Order: sequence, then C-alpha cells, then structure tokens
Amino acid sequence: MTSFILPAVFIIILGYGMLRRIKIFDVFLSGAKQGISSCIGILPALVGLVVAVSMVRASGLLDFLAKILSPILNKFLFPTEVLPLALLKPVSGSGALAMIKNIFEVSGVDSYPGKLASVMLGSSETTFYALAVYYGATKVKDTRYTVFAAVVADIAGIVAAVVLCNIFWA
Amino acid sequence: MNFIWVFMIIISYIFSFFAGTTDAVTKSVFDGCESAVSLVISLLGMMCLWTGLLEIAQKSSLTEKIQKLLYPVIHWLFPSVCKNSEVAGAISMSITANLLGLSNAATPLGLAAMEKLEKRNLIKDTASDEMCMFVVINTASITLIPTTLLTIRAAFNSLAPFEIMVPVWIASIISVLSGVLCAKICSRRKSF
Repeated sequence: MTSFILPAVFIIILGYGMLRRIKIFDVFLSGAKQGISSCIGILPALVGLVVAVSMVRASGLLDFLAKILSPILNKFLFPTEVLPLALLKPVSGSGALAMIKNIFEVSGVDSYPGKLASVMLGSSETTFYALAVYYGATKVKDTRYTVFAAVVADIAGIVAAVVLCNIFWA
Repeated sequence: MNFIWVFMIIISYIFSFFAGTTDAVTKSVFDGCESAVSLVISLLGMMCLWTGLLEIAQKSSLTEKIQKLLYPVIHWLFPSVCKNSEVAGAISMSITANLLGLSNAATPLGLAAMEKLEKRNLIKDTASDEMCMFVVINTASITLIPTTLLTIRAAFNSLAPFEIMVPVWIASIISVLSGVLCAKICSRRKSF
C-alpha cells in the first residue's frame, strides 16, 4: 500500500505546486531547513524517555507484571503471551514489533493470541514516544491532562481489542 | 510527565535489586542514549523532506483544500484554531498522513503542527487545550491501513492477513473517541 500512496502524495504535492507556479525547489529548501532545528530540538526529550523506557525493560519489571496478572486476565480470554505486548506497546514501537513476531512464532499468526496481538498493535500507538516527541518540540512544561487522556485512550483500546476478538473469534 | 519519568527510573532500579538485573539496567542507560541519538538522526532526513514538502503544499494552498475537506472534524476538535488557516492546515496535513498510514511523514508533520500551535499558545510553559487534544489524537492510532502489521502478518504466512482489519478499525475508533472525549471533559474543568 505504501508503495502506491507515497508516490501519489509526492506527485500531488509537486504537481499542485507546479500548477500554482511556485519555485518548488526554493520553497522546499526553506521548509526543509526548519526541519533540522525541530528535529534536533526533540533530542533532549527523546534521550530522557528512551533511557527510562530501556531501563524499565531491562529490569524485567514488565515480565514480572505479566506473570502476576496473567491468572486473573486469562479468565477474560486475555492470553498470557499477549499481556507483555499490551504493556510494551505504549512505550516502545520497535520492542512491540519484536514481541509480536515472537507471538506469531510461538502461538501462530492465525491463532487467537496472534489475532488479539495484531488487533492490539494495529489499534494503538507508542503513546509515550509521541508525548515526548511532540512536547519536546515546544517549551511546554505543564502538559495538564494530556497523559491522563492518552492513557484512557490506550486502556479503552486494549479493552475494545479484547472484547472484539472475543466476539469475532472466540 | 515529571512524575512518570522519575517513577520509571526509580522503579526500574528498585525492581532490579530484587531481580538481580542491576547490571542490565545500568547498561541499558548507555544503550538508551545511543538509540535516542540514532533515532533522531534517522528522523532528520525524513523531517527535512516532509517539512519541505509541507512548505510547498502550504505555498500552493494545497493544505487549504485538504483543510476544507477535514473542516467538520477540525472544527469539532479544535474550535479555536479552525479559522486560522496556518495552524488548521498543519493539523489537517498531519491527520491526513496518519490516516494514509504514512508513519514516516506523520511525525514531522505533527511536529510542524505543534510548533504552529505553540506560536498561538499564550502561556508558554503550559499546554493549551488544542495542544493537549492534538497530542492525545496522536498517541491514539488513527491509521486506516496498518501497513507494517499487515506486512509482518503476510511474512508469517497468515491465511488471512487482512481479517484483523475490521476489529482494528473499531478498536481504533473506540480508543481515539475515548481519548478525545476525556480531553474534552478535562478541558472544561478549570482544575486541570
């Protein structure tokens, strides 16, 4: 899909610019220049967050939580192998991708855990990465209710994924 | 964020004392720094490319066209900026990139929108309602086609790689709507 969408987006943007007789390359350069500073600007926030996330992962806390919670959650058709994914996805996109590959290998891509993991991954984002990156680009220190609302969205997404998979495939 | 950050670091160390993973945690600090830098570097090129293309789209008033298409959504989510074409345009472009599943473009365009929102923010160190709403939408997924996931499913020889799509859409909508409603309710309460 991306192999088709990306060229289309390019052609539309450049074609429309040509039509409007814009000095496309000059405008592109001035825009791209702004990109450098905003990208470097997010580094401090990213360092802080990525370090904290890799510390949590290395400590083994997530696996421990998954172990404690699994007996309770198994009753709600929430397979143990999917729980670490639900805990990891909000903090690490690449970690979640590695984990879902592992679930596919162990349980099978078309198994119930495989499907639930897919739905969960497909319907969520790396919440804390987005928080750090977007606010890292600003001077904002007080993010008010952002974290709260973002976590509510995450939990609602996970619950919805479990309920939907129950309806569709259980 | 202040509290969460400290909490994550301290809990990791405390837990690692009991689990015997202290060395791994210490090592992960250095790895974390390295991967943050490589993330920014890998993002740098994409960032320049998309902010450049965004500038073209803005100068050619293409963003205005897209903004008009998305007007009902933008108007509901960001009532106070929907009249400002620069901000609403950047938000529209970012949402479009997300919908199309162009994750490489979504972050640069989202950052551009954040910077435009910040220019209009009156109290610089406190997030405006629009900023909160925008970040919340971006922390929940609004992707129509989760390309990476489908590719992996196909790579694992799934019999039906696409059968997850309908539940993914419903779960995404539920997740985004919960976040948006939560943000809306919080924004009305002055205590936040």
